[in-house]
Amino acid sequence: MNKVVSGAEEAIRDITDGMTLMLGGFGLCGLPENCIAALVKKGVKQLTCISNNAGVDDFGIGLMLKQRQVKKMISSYVGENAEFERQLLNGELEVELIPQGTLATRCMAAGYGMPAIFTPAGIGTEVAEGKEIRNFNGKDYLMEMAFDANFAIVKAWKGDTMGNLVYRSTARNFNPVMAMAGKITIAEVEELVQPGELDPDHIHTPGIYVHRIFKGVDYEKRIEHVTVRNKQ
Amino acid sequence: MLDKQGIAKRIAKEIKDGYYVNLGIGIPTLVANYIPDTMDVVLQSENGLLGMGPFPFEGEEDPDVINAGKQTITMLPGSAIFDSAMSFGMIRAKKVNLTILGAMEVSENGDIANWKIPGKMVKGMGGAMDLVASAENIIVAMQQVNKAGESKLLPQCTLPLTGVHCVKKIVTELGVFDVLPEGGFRLIERAPGVSVEEIKQATAGKLIVEGDVPEIIL
Repeated sequence: MNKVVSGAEEAIRDITDGMTLMLGGFGLCGLPENCIAALVKKGVKQLTCISNNAGVDDFGIGLMLKQRQVKKMISSYVGENAEFERQLLNGELEVELIPQGTLATRCMAAGYGMPAIFTPAGIGTEVAEGKEIRNFNGKDYLMEMAFDANFAIVKAWKGDTMGNLVYRSTARNFNPVMAMAGKITIAEVEELVQPGELDPDHIHTPGIYVHRIFKGVDYEKRIEHVTVRNKQ
Repeated sequence: MLDKQGIAKRIAKEIKDGYYVNLGIGIPTLVANYIPDTMDVVLQSENGLLGMGPFPFEGEEDPDVINAGKQTITMLPGSAIFDSAMSFGMIRAKKVNLTILGAMEVSENGDIANWKIPGKMVKGMGGAMDLVASAENIIVAMQQVNKAGESKLLPQCTLPLTGVHCVKKIVTELGVFDVLPEGGFRLIERAPGVSVEEIKQATAGKLIVEGDVPEIIL
């Protein structure tokens, strides 16, 4: 059950033009930096990317947008990226904005083998247009479909060679639900350890969901907004 | 008239001991500064944290510890981390007692718009649609008039909606309003030095004034 690959290039070797990818992270926190760099280098195009945000102009998915590798983004919030907004307003990029909880739960549904979920988010708004509405106990809910992605690419703090993963702090965010949702899931980790070194009680993503794992290098872990207080 | 800090301070008075509270970006974030130390309140950050603490000291920022506004923060004793699906699970299941968020427009029947200006601004709704669709106790912190001097408390929203019939209370620079279930903004408090007449001028939707309206006490 050894799922270790040599690095990002090998991990993404069979990602090709036109595929649908899930990318973990929230803002710039918990991003699979190594795989994004490899995708930029490989130059695959016409991608559909499912990710909560679109990075910033020079970091995260913003790097792929700059190279025009993305045909469509499915996100909940894209306000931090000027290049994104430019491509969108010029009609060069398709975008589907969906509520953050809907995004997470559509990932979860895929990982739990459920075809759809019902959520009240978006009822009475343009998000509901064209979608089936069902009433349960007097309240309306939208039917939202589970995602269907070729690859999920996630970042974890620690992982073992069997693909078991542990995340750190709020870098967890979308990573566990996306890890469950890919047909093929790639995990890059800061520390790669041997089976037995992670406490089974503390594993967030069981290795069954993970197909390829590698130890990432040179994490920048950029902070989007540094906010501090004075010691006084 | 209240400044942003004043609005935050007034909203903090709505928080009760034992509450789990979700604070949105902007003025709502400031509310955290005015929760009395004597109260046991847990802040939820929808990127996956319960027990949000203050900003870190300079040099102690951790890129893995941020809030929903992507700002560096700290965790507190008793904090808990979870994934995004569980985060919105607890919101949908109404475990969060109070949600405070900003708005571009609110209508007299409690509709809210805060995520999109067609042709101009496309940022997305983030977690706002999930929050307003499920939360039972929603307070909006906003400026009552825009830069052009137009009221943002309207008969009907003109911008794309975030949610319908959901806002219960609004705190602006001019006053505090209950949004009535049958429709209408009921003025319950005036900002210091602001007259009912000034508030009428700044309210495009149906304003309800009953008897003497007291000034806000901060």
